Amino acid sequence: MTIKRLGVAALLVLALIAPAFIYPVFLMKVLCFALFASAFNLLLGFVGLLSFGHAAFFGSAAYITAHTVKVWGWSPEIGILAGVAVAAALGAVVGSLAIRRQGIYFAMITLALAQMVYFFALQAPFTGGEDGIQGVPRRPFFGIIDITDDMTFYYVVLAIVVAGLLLIYRTVHSPFGQILKAIRENEPRAVSLGYDVDRYKLLAFVISAALVGLAGGTKTLVFQLASLTDIQWQMSGEAVLMTLIGGVGTIFGPLVGAAVVVSMQNYLAQTGEWVLVIQGIVFVVVVLAFRRGIVGELAAWSARRRKAADRTDPKATPAETARA
Amino acid sequence: MRKASTALAGGLLAAALAAGTLTAGAPAAHAQISDDVIRIGVMNDQSGLYADITGQGEVTAVRMAAEAMGGAIDGRKIEVIFADNQNKPDIGSNIARQWYDQEKVDLIIVGGASSVTLAVQAVAREKGRINIVSAAAASDHTNKACSPTAAHWTYDTTALANGTGKALVQEGGDSWFFLTADYAFGHALERETGEAVRAGGGKVLGSVRHPLNTPDFSSFLLQAQGSGAKIIGLANAGGDTINSIKQASEFGIVQAGQRLAGLLVFITDVHSLGLKTAQGLVITTAFYWDQNDETRAWAKSFMERMNGKAPTMVQAGSGSAALHYLRAVKAAGTDDASKVMAQMRATKINDFMTKDGWIREDGRVMRTMYLAQVKSPAESTGPFDYYKILRSIPAEEAFRSLDITECPHLKK
Amino acid sequence: MTEIFGINSFAFYGQVMLGLINGAFYAMLSLGLAVIFGLLNVINFTHGAQYMMGAFAAWMALNYLGLNYWWALILAPLVVGAFGMVIERLLLRRLYDLDHLYGLLLTFGLALVIEGIFRKQYGASGLPYAIPPALSGGQNLGFMFLPNYRGWVVVASLVVCLGTWFVIERTRLGSYLRAATENPGLVQAFGINVPRMVTLTYGFGVALAAFAGVLAAPIYQVSPLMGTNLIIVVFAVVVIGGMGSIMGAIVTGFGLGVVEGLTKVFYPEASNTVIFVVMAIVLLIRPAGLFGTAR
Repeated sequence: MTIKRLGVAALLVLALIAPAFIYPVFLMKVLCFALFASAFNLLLGFVGLLSFGHAAFFGSAAYITAHTVKVWGWSPEIGILAGVAVAAALGAVVGSLAIRRQGIYFAMITLALAQMVYFFALQAPFTGGEDGIQGVPRRPFFGIIDITDDMTFYYVVLAIVVAGLLLIYRTVHSPFGQILKAIRENEPRAVSLGYDVDRYKLLAFVISAALVGLAGGTKTLVFQLASLTDIQWQMSGEAVLMTLIGGVGTIFGPLVGAAVVVSMQNYLAQTGEWVLVIQGIVFVVVVLAFRRGIVGELAAWSARRRKAADRTDPKATPAETARA
Repeated sequence: MRKASTALAGGLLAAALAAGTLTAGAPAAHAQISDDVIRIGVMNDQSGLYADITGQGEVTAVRMAAEAMGGAIDGRKIEVIFADNQNKPDIGSNIARQWYDQEKVDLIIVGGASSVTLAVQAVAREKGRINIVSAAAASDHTNKACSPTAAHWTYDTTALANGTGKALVQEGGDSWFFLTADYAFGHALERETGEAVRAGGGKVLGSVRHPLNTPDFSSFLLQAQGSGAKIIGLANAGGDTINSIKQASEFGIVQAGQRLAGLLVFITDVHSLGLKTAQGLVITTAFYWDQNDETRAWAKSFMERMNGKAPTMVQAGSGSAALHYLRAVKAAGTDDASKVMAQMRATKINDFMTKDGWIREDGRVMRTMYLAQVKSPAESTGPFDYYKILRSIPAEEAFRSLDITECPHLKK
Repeated sequence: MTEIFGINSFAFYGQVMLGLINGAFYAMLSLGLAVIFGLLNVINFTHGAQYMMGAFAAWMALNYLGLNYWWALILAPLVVGAFGMVIERLLLRRLYDLDHLYGLLLTFGLALVIEGIFRKQYGASGLPYAIPPALSGGQNLGFMFLPNYRGWVVVASLVVCLGTWFVIERTRLGSYLRAATENPGLVQAFGINVPRMVTLTYGFGVALAAFAGVLAAPIYQVSPLMGTNLIIVVFAVVVIGGMGSIMGAIVTGFGLGVVEGLTKVFYPEASNTVIFVVMAIVLLIRPAGLFGTAR
């Protein structure tokens, strides 16, 4: 078993026993945001597209899940699926408009389109405006698992998030994922090789939006509330922050980033505005000095150590040394 | 290789789900055990739109109540903590959850926008814990969103509608146009004042909704002007009301003959506007610091701690609520939620602010309300000498009757 | 009262007038953003915070230094512009070699820091700033009562916007600036201090934002949140106008203000979203914006 496999296994064991020591609602929040950040990272790290509008998918899924579960009386898992479906559909629309441009233009367009969704949510009667949709009931999951108890629900949320993360992992490590990476590295070349680049980018965008929707719908059931905060552009900024801190383009980076940011917000909640200032400072520092993020820096550090070890290895062939 | 890792992950997932369902029957790790401290949490708007009305003033009032009880009950210390909910329901419900589950808070006094207080009341209701709302208005707190372990302490939109609304219609203001804050409080206030206006023989010509914390009311005021209504009803509060009144003056609306009705105005708002702009406004209030010797004494103590700022009715209300709660804990000998609530219901509320008040089955505190008018600069003798009391409104006239309640635990 | 399209004409003209006033703000704010992006290729997310700082500078000048509105109109842009130049020198400059997205992220982080500090100090609700006595009162235009101050805002914005456009597009200084961004190496070889021009340009864009802030102070409450609410709309304006085009930003700013005003008359619920709908349509037909050139 490689270090990586052991690490994953250790993480899973930790996740299974954590609620005995840490407040389960806090853990569930970390999990939901970890999924949110990972789905965002799929787009940023592996396709190279910075979307500043992912809050639209998070929030719209949150509202849809809240409405279907509370007002229409649907079962929670179907409510979440409805949220995912709407987020994916919205992703298809936003994506098809935004993909036409690249770089900063792409970011600006996603931001503005997300604002349109925000204002729609503000006006639409079913979202409840400033009140949001409150008191979303936690009916039994699949009709049999009682999720009113936070501990039980934690394991359900863990299963959902792990499934989402697995999907991201498989997407990245697949032929489809390789093409996405190729597009990120050198788009004109991918085009010259005959790939319909726009279609691949759109598909990645929709997958990302759907998984963000999964995070949003699940979060709604955790907090039993969907509000305007979920769909505001500052929420998109949070996703960027988490991914940046953790490490863009790494698998575990967004998880680490989400844990760091949620913990920080929790810890500083009583102090109000310092949260904003510290988040901003972290942003600035990371952009200036730690662009690879926590996981990225760790990976680079361990790669450097391995190279140094190889270089001094007397048994290495000249070819291996040269490559180091 | 790939198959192995997928299988591993799948296996762990299955294990997770299995563990989840198996532990479903086990007791929660965070059971509600009462410790040796009586903890009151004050959660309101500390830095935003309603900070002057609620904010640190509520915390001070609650602290004064704790001191009035000697700082401890039967040897158990009284502790007061506070947090800023920023008028956001998600922040409020998060803090409430954590306070009830982890920090063993016994009573949450929550204030700010009704969207937050309703969310917190929902959390409290779900957990069977006590919450008191002083600084939020929506009548929904004792109606659709009522809770058996909650009390709506100071005022609500029905009282405001029956107070100010009726008074203005009687004076001849029989056509209204509303500027409404777009959330539970604003909607409730608009709806209920409209009912009061129609009951008095007037009519409602229209309304426009604005988001909470709107800086610029010009286009809404223009619509109000265009409607030709005699009265422009401001179904908003705090900074929104202040801005509406100021900008109405900027656009010459009052000079042109229409009258503004501030449906929810606090003494701090009058202070912000100045008597020159605010004079003549008719206000419904539950408390005025200069009413009698008892209120003056309490207010003096409050003002010493709050840099000379007079208490608003909601801050006084929080003080009264905390006092009644602590007295009930002492009498009941426990901080168990349902026992204390029963004790609170069984005793009349009598303190510096409330005389012979009582908590109804739906959580509504029945108290006498007062109709007041803002003095002119000539009539005022000093800072915060702003109101003259016109008349008192008995509880049955001010608040909604129980016959038409939509409170779930009361409907048979 | 006559009717236009079934709506009372007074209301119609009134809302259009208000739309023009809003448009003046949009134009002024998007101008600074367009200058910075057009000439420096930097998305200045801090723009909203710098607008807010301008308003606060005016408030502080009045409350701490006793300087009135007219002083603030000159001082605030200078002070905040200087602050902007410091940011550019210390922080932004390091990112010019990297992907432009990092500039966006840095300015985003800076915006959070600035807004957080002001919120901590002054709370989230507004501080009052009085309309200068010389501009108070209003004119009865028949269809509405126009406060003098709001009329002044339109005039001042037009003057500054057109002045800026003239300087950048029609003067030699402007041509140096435009050349410096297209080909810095060559222009540097001609002996022009390109880094200093870049810093001054950023400072100028920031000063424009601060000027808009001073104009806004008497109308909107001076609040730490005033920038965040406006910034996204301004981005949409810049995208529609064409991200590098100065005239595009001005025309689109005023135009969108009027469109928003009209929407408030006929379909008030959509007044917030109409700008983004227009943006979506424009992007479908002309991806580079109305006046922009594809980059």
